[in-house]
Amino acid sequence: MKMLTNILSSVLRPRGAAGQLWGQGSAALMWTDFWELSMRALAPFMTAVRGAGGNSTTEATFETRPYKLHRLEEPPLPSTTCTRDDALLYYRQMQIIRRLESASGNLYKEKAIRGFCHLYSGQEAICVGIRAALRSEDSVITAYRDHGWAYVMGCSVVGVMAELTGRSQGVARGKGGSMHMYAKNFFGGNGIVGAQVPVGAGVALANKYLGRKAICVSLYGDGAANQGQLFEAYNMAKLMNLPAVFICENNGYGMGTSVDRASASINYYTRGDYVPGIWIDGMDVLSVREALRYSIDYCTTGGPSGNGRGPLVLEVATYRYHGHSMSDPGTSYRTRDEIQEVRQTRDPYNALQGTYCWRRLGHCGGA
Amino acid sequence: MVGVLQKLSVAWRLGRQAVFRPVVQAGWQHVRNSSHFTYYPDTVPESHVIFGEDVGFGGVFRCTIGLQDKFGKDRVFNTPLCEQGIAGFAIGSAVGGATTIAEMQFADYIFPAFDQIVNEAAKYRYRSGNLFNCGKLTIRAPCGAVGHGGLYHSQSPEAYFSHTPGLKVVVPRGPIKAKGLLLSCIRDDNPCIFLEPKVLYRSAVEMVPTSDYTYPLSSADILLEGEDITLLGWGTQVHVLREVAELAREQLNVSCEVIDLVTILPWDQQTVCNSVKKTGRLIVAHEAPVTSGFGAEIAAAVQSECFLHLEAPVERVCGFDTPFPHIFEPFYLPDKWRCLSAVKKMMNY
Repeated sequence: MKMLTNILSSVLRPRGAAGQLWGQGSAALMWTDFWELSMRALAPFMTAVRGAGGNSTTEATFETRPYKLHRLEEPPLPSTTCTRDDALLYYRQMQIIRRLESASGNLYKEKAIRGFCHLYSGQEAICVGIRAALRSEDSVITAYRDHGWAYVMGCSVVGVMAELTGRSQGVARGKGGSMHMYAKNFFGGNGIVGAQVPVGAGVALANKYLGRKAICVSLYGDGAANQGQLFEAYNMAKLMNLPAVFICENNGYGMGTSVDRASASINYYTRGDYVPGIWIDGMDVLSVREALRYSIDYCTTGGPSGNGRGPLVLEVATYRYHGHSMSDPGTSYRTRDEIQEVRQTRDPYNALQGTYCWRRLGHCGGA
Repeated sequence: MVGVLQKLSVAWRLGRQAVFRPVVQAGWQHVRNSSHFTYYPDTVPESHVIFGEDVGFGGVFRCTIGLQDKFGKDRVFNTPLCEQGIAGFAIGSAVGGATTIAEMQFADYIFPAFDQIVNEAAKYRYRSGNLFNCGKLTIRAPCGAVGHGGLYHSQSPEAYFSHTPGLKVVVPRGPIKAKGLLLSCIRDDNPCIFLEPKVLYRSAVEMVPTSDYTYPLSSADILLEGEDITLLGWGTQVHVLREVAELAREQLNVSCEVIDLVTILPWDQQTVCNSVKKTGRLIVAHEAPVTSGFGAEIAAAVQSECFLHLEAPVERVCGFDTPFPHIFEPFYLPDKWRCLSAVKKMMNY
């Protein structure tokens, strides 16, 4: 019953990202609200193990993919446990993001979304994995490929799509568009490449200054990794021992330029030089989650005066299926075969589904 | 509809070489037949270089298409994503003696480079007592509203740079002017910022002469002679003002003089003041926000110079003082209706 009233109130009295009443404040239901309502209500039933047949478990242990370290002695844990509910949650989140991005792509082609639209398909494991490790007090700031991040940081699908289409029910009242979505402890959504990283370092400073044991995760891409302001941010964070985690989402291409044509060093996790770094396989949700748990521990404990041991630079190796944005087909600088190969062999939710079923965390039809 | 640009035949598409020097191409491209004018000089100077993000394959607006194949990777090349680096690199290259044309992918991204341009490029000659200079530098950047650009693909930063002595800032209104002005900028012995209104890349098609020609910088063009009021703009706005002049003539029986400022810094104060002394009224229109937009400088200078000739205060029809909106762009821009209502207001002052 409580679940039902929670669901109803989130739809009937829609609230904006900052908790304020949105729209008219009255029951202005759209058909999509009924969809979301029923999906949420039915979710427990749809995911229940049918007959609990066979030997399925509620928790299992998985090996994480190997990490590469820079100036660190101890890696994140080589194995991690995952409950059935968590695995289902990650799977659901990644699926929603994938479908959200597909829908956004289609809406863009219909010109319902104008402006710019940068799709996150293929990189879902990063935001889902990081969010799984973050606590409610931690902050995130990212660049313009932020739809998936907006969703995992608490924006509803309707809020994200309304923002994309410029409606007032959008998370930024329709004024930001694709690149500027915000939520509690999610500082956007930034259009200028690399500009979010010093800002993220600043949020980390605020966290430290105000005594919160919270970190700030600043994400950027392989293209942004060559911006000068990042190195300024690394230096300040290291100098002042800030709880900042800088994460490079390396999808291999900065717009149309491959990493080896843009960067003298493509080991982005070492670019912090004096800042320790970790390389993570970003197609595995659990590896990402484990690395972030390690980072949170590193940045909040073990240092002087009860603070953390300083910033970290993480590189998450991933891939994007779509082009840079909707005006880029994505095939003039890479082959379709390459994209297909990644889709078939390294897709993040296929990987999760494979391990999930294999470990019999749930009943997979026919398995 | 942006202005009165006529679609012309493909006969002027360049294949044959022009008798000319610079290795530059200003690509004003019509979507349908891909005609764009390209300069392939007969004698190729060895010291011209062009670089910027994605410039090698032709650029995101295809302004540099074919140049890398023709002139080689050592002269036409990509840079990584680092505007401050690009600007600094370009300044050094120009000081060292190579005629350098650097591209910022969008004028909105020029701000990391602002320090290099304002503190280094603009002051090089002065601070070295003319021992060194970066006059061989030209920086190109697409600017202006495009219909769906939002905050970071629509800005017009000419006012920021107009506040920097030592630079030249130029904004063309179409392909014919663009070619002449770009060549002038490249040959000019001062660092120049060439802001190209990006909406005109597709919508502007003109018959561009294949031979070499330049336009003098700092010389405003009077596009339409009039008696009652002067309309002043640059870039895309010039076409809007031409439409406004047409509407004013039909609906209000007002004869407008339309001037394209062409160069923002140093601007042609003489032409503008002569015009205002004739008509007695001035409207300045630009897309950039009104506060401290370049219209403010023009208004201050004109009222100082032509005070006794003015029939009404100088009016500025500009973007509002907000970040450039995504969804509200049609309301934000100084379109023909806002300009027309300003004309009406001033005629009835």
